[in-house]
Amino acid sequence: MLEFFQQVINGLTLGSIYALIAIGYTMVYGIIGMINFAHGEIYMISAYIGLITVTALTVQFGVENVPLILLFTLAASILATSAYGWAIERIAYRPLRSSPRLIPLISAIGMSIFLQNYVQIGQGARDLSMQPLISGGWRFGSDAGFQIYLSYMQVLIAVVTVIFMTALTLFIARSRLGRACRACSQDLTMTNLLGIDTNRVISLTFVLGAALAAVAGVLISLHIGKINPFIGFDAGIKAFTAAVLGGIGSIPGAMLGGIILGLSESFASAYLRTEYKDVVAFSLLVLVLLFRPTGLLGKPEIEKV
Amino acid sequence: MPRHFFEAMLVALLAGLLTVPILGIQIQVEGINVSLEGDPLPVLLAMAAVFMARLLQVPLKAVSGVMHITRRVPRPIHLPTAYRLILIVLVIVAAAIWPFTVSRGAVDIATLALIYVMLGLGLNVVVGFAGLLDLGYVAFYAVGAYGYALLSTHFGLSFWECLPLCVMMAAITGCLLGFPVLRLRGDYLAIVTLGFGEIIRLLLNNLDELTGGPDGIGNIPKPSLFGLEFARRSSTEGGTTFHEFFGLEYSGADTVVFLYLVALVMTLLILYVINRLIRMPVGRAWEALREDEIACRSLGLNPTTIKLSAFGFGASTAGFAGAFFAARQGFINPESFTFIESAIVLAIVVLGGMGSQIGVILAAIALTALPEIARQFAEYRMLIFGLVLVLMMIWRPQGLLPATRPRLELPARAETL
Repeated sequence: MLEFFQQVINGLTLGSIYALIAIGYTMVYGIIGMINFAHGEIYMISAYIGLITVTALTVQFGVENVPLILLFTLAASILATSAYGWAIERIAYRPLRSSPRLIPLISAIGMSIFLQNYVQIGQGARDLSMQPLISGGWRFGSDAGFQIYLSYMQVLIAVVTVIFMTALTLFIARSRLGRACRACSQDLTMTNLLGIDTNRVISLTFVLGAALAAVAGVLISLHIGKINPFIGFDAGIKAFTAAVLGGIGSIPGAMLGGIILGLSESFASAYLRTEYKDVVAFSLLVLVLLFRPTGLLGKPEIEKV
Repeated sequence: MPRHFFEAMLVALLAGLLTVPILGIQIQVEGINVSLEGDPLPVLLAMAAVFMARLLQVPLKAVSGVMHITRRVPRPIHLPTAYRLILIVLVIVAAAIWPFTVSRGAVDIATLALIYVMLGLGLNVVVGFAGLLDLGYVAFYAVGAYGYALLSTHFGLSFWECLPLCVMMAAITGCLLGFPVLRLRGDYLAIVTLGFGEIIRLLLNNLDELTGGPDGIGNIPKPSLFGLEFARRSSTEGGTTFHEFFGLEYSGADTVVFLYLVALVMTLLILYVINRLIRMPVGRAWEALREDEIACRSLGLNPTTIKLSAFGFGASTAGFAGAFFAARQGFINPESFTFIESAIVLAIVVLGGMGSQIGVILAAIALTALPEIARQFAEYRMLIFGLVLVLMMIWRPQGLLPATRPRLELPARAETL
């Protein structure tokens, strides 16, 4: 029973990360109907930028105030990664706005391969690891038997995720630009006719998605402390699974999907074999698409002639 | 012109800002000590590259604009049938004689290129003709390769006995996967096939008892010529080898040339089958479905079965190529079947021009030969590869040698509505 709770904790931590990345997929899909295959690489780049910032602050400048380091790292990573998100959309997707569906997807795959190798050339292909910034945690349960371990980092991940999710939800629901986003996801042409600069809204979507992926990247590099240029591929596919699971195009769906995926993966690694956790995630994706292609909270898509 | 110049400067500056954290600062790890090292050179190089690209964009655009205006309606080349036949025979004869005149290494690369030609042709049916984006194509390639490796090492079946079995296995896997998935819309299909490719690779990695896990399977026998082996000595008691039978001196190059010829025959077979298929109702249905699914459905075609036939055929081609790959390498492990392999085959189809067979063949040869020629750029190979995919989609989504087919268009006239 205690192990079950431990897995719930681990699953929620992992799920928060997936949910943060999944929002980038779901928002872009909701507005321009394309799968941003390079989104996983954005997350990977943000993890690198996070690691570099932390190293610069602690080693180069000798800052020791942990909350300050955290805030600064998050800010730097969000800023730099958003710029990447914006640039990718500008270079690889905007010229293809009116092409058939497969064309931007192939372009996105090319972008993903490009970014992976770009980081590999810049930073090397090996694993980079770092000393944990925040260590320690709470232990529950009897000393003799199994103990539940809840690290401070896991709590931090949950808290930061909730803060950013709330901010995003409020932004989409209340602000002017958020309203423009919702309008674009309903009907892009109509929104354009009504005088809203849809290109700007689309750019904003990519920037927001990249910013949330940056949060995920920083949190994961602080939590796991080990990154390489290839982490984006797996994380990207899993986050996409989460987005599909919750219903692609729906922001609450992406959050829900991320949590479900995180939980099922952590249970799979606990009760099956660890190697099969990825198989479980991918099988979940296939099963959801087969039996409920619209996802848990998605709306059915009507095909127009 | 100065405006373009300033624009290019601005873009280069932005590129510089973007690349500083990744290219300009390197994380050095020594034991537990982490430090940062700055190196401005890569950033400056990237900035210069972006600057030049941006500056050249203007004249390039002007040139392509002119080309666009002067381009006529593409017309298929209409050689008389006899000439065309002679041309095809000449190309085949040249391809068959060629390996005897060049070095062993070149023949080996050509064999590899032929494997990619087979894969490209197979994927071309799925992506180019039927318009289904399959990102897990390598899964069927793996099924073929592992199928042959397991059948030959466990049951002692020969390459030629295994070949049809491998094709069948890959086709069955393709149909099993395709049947539930092909009802989905295009980009979902892409992701599901991608997930499936990963599942197959993970299973190969983890089913240690069957597949040998990450170590793979070794000692896979090479194909034989009507029971004549290509080896110094026969592996079976009383067997005859190729050089003994013909009374030749043993030479290792024989094997390489033989493998090349086998690959050539297999490629020609695939080419022949595809060319027959696309002239049959099923092939026409593939293309019709790609153009308009709803129209197809209203004409009484069942989209699922048509898609399934294309998917299954593509899968069986991959299985065919996979079996040969295993036989050529003599050793396989899951590393050969990663996503990047699927992406390379997809790039071959996209670069050559979706639906254009001659384009796919040339692209496959180019993509295998170029990395061998430009070895000093090996580190940048995949970087350039990704960039080329993006640029191709922007400038020439139809590929370098687009498929041309006879067509009639209504003369343009003013819309009355």
